Amino acid sequence: MKLLTTFRRHSVARPVMLILALVVIGLGYAGVNPQRSSAETERTQQIEQGKALFDLTCSSCHGLGAEGTSQGPTLIGVGAASVDFQMGTGRMPAARPEAQLPARQVNYTQEQIDAVAAYVASLAAGPAIPEEGQYSPEGLSAEEIARGGALFRSNCSACHGIVGGGGAMPNGEYAPALVNTSGRHIYEAMRSGPQQMPTFSKEVMPDESVREIIGYLEAAHEQPNHGGLTMGDAGPVSEGFWIFIIGIGGLSIVATWIAKKGARAR
Amino acid sequence: MSHDNLPVQDPELGHVVANPGVEEHIERFTDVDKGAGNRAYTAILMMLGAVPVLAIAFVVIYFAVPRDAYVDFGWLKASAMNVGLGTTAGLAVVLIGVAVIQWARVLMGDEEMVEIRHKAASSSEDRAAVAEQFAAGVEQSGIKRRGLLLGALGGALGFSAIPAVVLFADMGPHPTKKVRAETIERTIWAAEVRLLNDVNWLPLRPEMLEVGQLVNAQPETLRDLHGTEYMIEKAKSPIVVVRMDPESIRIPESRRDWQVSGILAYSKICTHVGCPISLWERQTHHLLCPCHQSTFDLGDSGAVVFGPAARSLPQLPIKVNEDGFLVAQSDFTLPVGPSFFERDSRNDFVKGDN
Repeated sequence: MKLLTTFRRHSVARPVMLILALVVIGLGYAGVNPQRSSAETERTQQIEQGKALFDLTCSSCHGLGAEGTSQGPTLIGVGAASVDFQMGTGRMPAARPEAQLPARQVNYTQEQIDAVAAYVASLAAGPAIPEEGQYSPEGLSAEEIARGGALFRSNCSACHGIVGGGGAMPNGEYAPALVNTSGRHIYEAMRSGPQQMPTFSKEVMPDESVREIIGYLEAAHEQPNHGGLTMGDAGPVSEGFWIFIIGIGGLSIVATWIAKKGARAR
Repeated sequence: MSHDNLPVQDPELGHVVANPGVEEHIERFTDVDKGAGNRAYTAILMMLGAVPVLAIAFVVIYFAVPRDAYVDFGWLKASAMNVGLGTTAGLAVVLIGVAVIQWARVLMGDEEMVEIRHKAASSSEDRAAVAEQFAAGVEQSGIKRRGLLLGALGGALGFSAIPAVVLFADMGPHPTKKVRAETIERTIWAAEVRLLNDVNWLPLRPEMLEVGQLVNAQPETLRDLHGTEYMIEKAKSPIVVVRMDPESIRIPESRRDWQVSGILAYSKICTHVGCPISLWERQTHHLLCPCHQSTFDLGDSGAVVFGPAARSLPQLPIKVNEDGFLVAQSDFTLPVGPSFFERDSRNDFVKGDN
């Protein structure tokens, strides 16, 4: 008792007690919820990194707060899926304004894309980047793949062609071919509706239906082309064009050769 | 044979172009150089000699290559058998053709000759003889004396076409006003029929649709139909349901109650020749028909903005029912799909009505 009383009156008693109290509170808080605090730090760091990258590469068109400018639309509420699609296929950042941004080589690491996606997602709620189980056609039955074909023909084939070969649109735009598009990007495009493409919401087109569509596309593109050259799967117009150029052109070359007099001795 | 069109004479211009005669003959290499001739000979023999080899290879490939094997060229996965058969058979035919033409070009006789043009008509003697024979035939047939024969034959042939005409005319119901009203002027849409997403048959609720969303929908009653009936109704009933920002579209006063907070439903059948259209641009609200590029503005009651279609896309009046599902208010107010002769187009929506 005497010792305690002596210490209480000592000059260092107050600072020592204060430090002790802080340590106890700090340890106690860390002990109660250590995971959340470290994850939040990571998340905050990722968003900060994404914001820095956004300011550098995206803000000139989409605005410093992603509010949009005359050059580019607002990104508030487009969600992480939209960023992952646009940057993951090389469409963004755009080199120049044009009728339609083509898919190009991706110059960013997935980590950088994820950071920008996290930043854009932090601005307002929007479709998230899907888990693999949401888009992977792994384990679909033949019936489900057939239903995917029916869904594709009903919803997608008008623009993307009957087996996803792509097609032309007005004013220099086009629906891209889906032959080399990954399942994840197809999923993200359906959920976010890039450029002129309509959205297909989760409620109307559940993940199961999206998986079936992706499964159909993969099955269709794996099949050998027994008919020979597909000529872009773009339909009778492009096929007729080939016949005119290659077929009739080739025949006229042969006809010229037949009728030509050939080399003479003098 | 008449040669009077050579040489060309034009009295008005007062000139005569002399017959140029046969071009000077210059011999071919293969005629003057024995080595060149032999080389051409060998080349043709080799081409023809390759044909039996290719023919045998064709048969071998036909039996030896499994049907499901394929060659992957990277840009094309082609059936191995098709590639093999096509290459051997195609090359064989090409080699025969090239060899024969080369034979004619470099080894066959090389003499120029003139073939004089002549009039296409037969000589007057020939024509007179044919006319005489025809007249004799008419005389012998006896129709000058017994004239009714020709009429009877004509009548018999004419009436024999009647069964065919009746059969063709009876291929479908006669499009009387009543029949039209029950068939092409009607769909199975009716009051309180729910809108279902096509193929996965999910019933639609307004909160399921985001702005910029397109849904290809069917009436719920379509699921009760089967066979021919199903196909006939499915050809008329498809709709596209789109959701747009109500501030960015024009809705006429007469159609204010036809939509649910920017969710509008239109027929999916083009009014030009009836292609299914769902090629929708979410930013311009334009719906484009892939067949002939007719373009409809879904933000302006489906008015035609481009292309050969003459009429706006029929809009389906929709509402929300007590359970919160999107349902039709009635059938379409106009016949869907392409025009037909008897169609009354006076009630169509015309751009500028709003």
